Amino acid sequence: MKDYSELERFAALTRKNCLYCIANLGVGHLGGSMSIVEILTTLFNGEMRNLDPKDPKRDDRDLLVISKGHSGPALYSVLAEKGYFPMQWLKTLNKGGTLLPSHCDRNRTPGIDMSTGSLGQGISVACGMAYGAKLGYKDQRVYCIIGDGETEEGQNWEAAMFASANRLDNLIVMTDYNKLQLDGQVAEVVGLKDLEEKWQAFGWEVFRCDGHDLKDLDRAFSRCHEKNGKPKMIICDTVKAKGFPRLENKAESHNAKVTLQEVRELYHGEDPQWLN
Amino acid sequence: MAELKELRTAYCEAIMELCEKDPNVVILDADLMRSVGTLSLKDKLGKRAIDCGIAEANMVGIASGLSTQGFVPFASTFSCFAARRTFDQFFISANYAKLNVKLVGTDPGVMAAFNGGTHMAFEDIGIMRMVPDLVIAEPSDCASVKGIVRAMYEHKGSCYLRLQRQAATDIYGEAEHFMLGRSKILCSGGDVTIIALGALMVHNAIAAAEKLKKEGIQATVIDALSVKPLDRDLIVSCAERTGAVVTCENHQIDGGLGIAVTKLLSQECPGCRIGYIGIDDRFGQVGTVDYLVGEYNLRAEDICAKVKSILK
Repeated sequence: MKDYSELERFAALTRKNCLYCIANLGVGHLGGSMSIVEILTTLFNGEMRNLDPKDPKRDDRDLLVISKGHSGPALYSVLAEKGYFPMQWLKTLNKGGTLLPSHCDRNRTPGIDMSTGSLGQGISVACGMAYGAKLGYKDQRVYCIIGDGETEEGQNWEAAMFASANRLDNLIVMTDYNKLQLDGQVAEVVGLKDLEEKWQAFGWEVFRCDGHDLKDLDRAFSRCHEKNGKPKMIICDTVKAKGFPRLENKAESHNAKVTLQEVRELYHGEDPQWLN
Repeated sequence: MAELKELRTAYCEAIMELCEKDPNVVILDADLMRSVGTLSLKDKLGKRAIDCGIAEANMVGIASGLSTQGFVPFASTFSCFAARRTFDQFFISANYAKLNVKLVGTDPGVMAAFNGGTHMAFEDIGIMRMVPDLVIAEPSDCASVKGIVRAMYEHKGSCYLRLQRQAATDIYGEAEHFMLGRSKILCSGGDVTIIALGALMVHNAIAAAEKLKKEGIQATVIDALSVKPLDRDLIVSCAERTGAVVTCENHQIDGGLGIAVTKLLSQECPGCRIGYIGIDDRFGQVGTVDYLVGEYNLRAEDICAKVKSILK
């Protein structure tokens, strides 16, 4: 039986570092960062293969596109903890000349596989990566995280058709289904209706899991490795701003002001070492 | 008179040569393989010919993803879709990400003819010129198509190839060498420099120079070939020698070659008189190419009149 306590510790540390990273600046994309902490924890602790912080561009590594590029702070916390760069970099988020910009940038940050930020584009790039892996006979999986609000961008559905038509079974896409977007509830802004049915209708194999439950995530991923000609979608039920009570499950958490003082109160004054 | 070869045929020949040489070259289309001509390559290239369906934005994203894996993608569609519809994808996923995507826009400007205003890109160069570091070129005959495609393949970075697919009279021999950022002088004269872009306008510029010669006006004709980067030294030296420049493009004047040349000459050759041949703040419409060339004042006689007006 797998021991999840170490993974839970990693997720808790990531969440804490992410909060301090944003609070140190005073503002940031907190909501969508906090909702993918467990997804990233799973990916970077065994699910993605051949990752090497000392060789971030290793040729046979599995690839990750965070299409909801504004979730950079969550990924930066994971990459720092994994040793891709010094923890102290987390103090530089969005400051002039930083290597950790708000939105993921493959040319600035070690360990980032694609520059994203204009929503809807990441899944197409992931399709190209997955197609390229097959064309080059590489045993390589391509992972992509999209937002539920982001799913309103039509490009996702163009890519969905392409992936299915080209049997990209090495492509695993996760929807961060936190039910909120900047302007309010996704269901009220335009509404996605039945997301599972939609992806199934596009020819994908669809799984659903609790995006904050490491065991459930593991279970879902373990079913995505079959080479059956179908791209995989995991709809992860998540909570926006998970772990930050004042903004948890609130649309305004998307890009919010956060003070160091309130984060310190949450963690009883136990600042991470890198902050000093 | 020998039968003219279509430029799209030269494009496909150039792509096939690259594909035979390098297994990493791939082509992408968006349900226009039949128009662009790449349908003829489909069977030969197998999985390396990717038809993305009518989804140009997705096509550019896929090309970007392929580029991260070391492939060299040539993605083609009509220039109106290449520039207008995929601009954000080409800007962010390909260029901001510093990837190596070759985007090919066919049927530029009035060459869209019967497809009319919806399909008539008078603004693609203007849009693309705003992308930092992007290489933009428009060949003028079959040899230059092949030379520029090869040069774009060699260049490590994204490019926009503006490609008239219809036939055009040969200007260069097969052995001519082409480099990105370089233009060619087609004839020399001391009174005015005519800088033309693309097969349609280069041929009209040559015809204009012949007419002007009969009237005692000696024109230098430059085949621009490259819009970005401009061939600065060549353009400045011709402008300094003649003191007058007329730019000719099958494109909106605003944002196009003429404005790029003006920016250069305002710094390097102030006082040079400049005139513009191109579309002046109008939408496209249907018609034959001949009709449209007249309608938008792109004829050789329009070039002659412009030359005379700035030489007054």
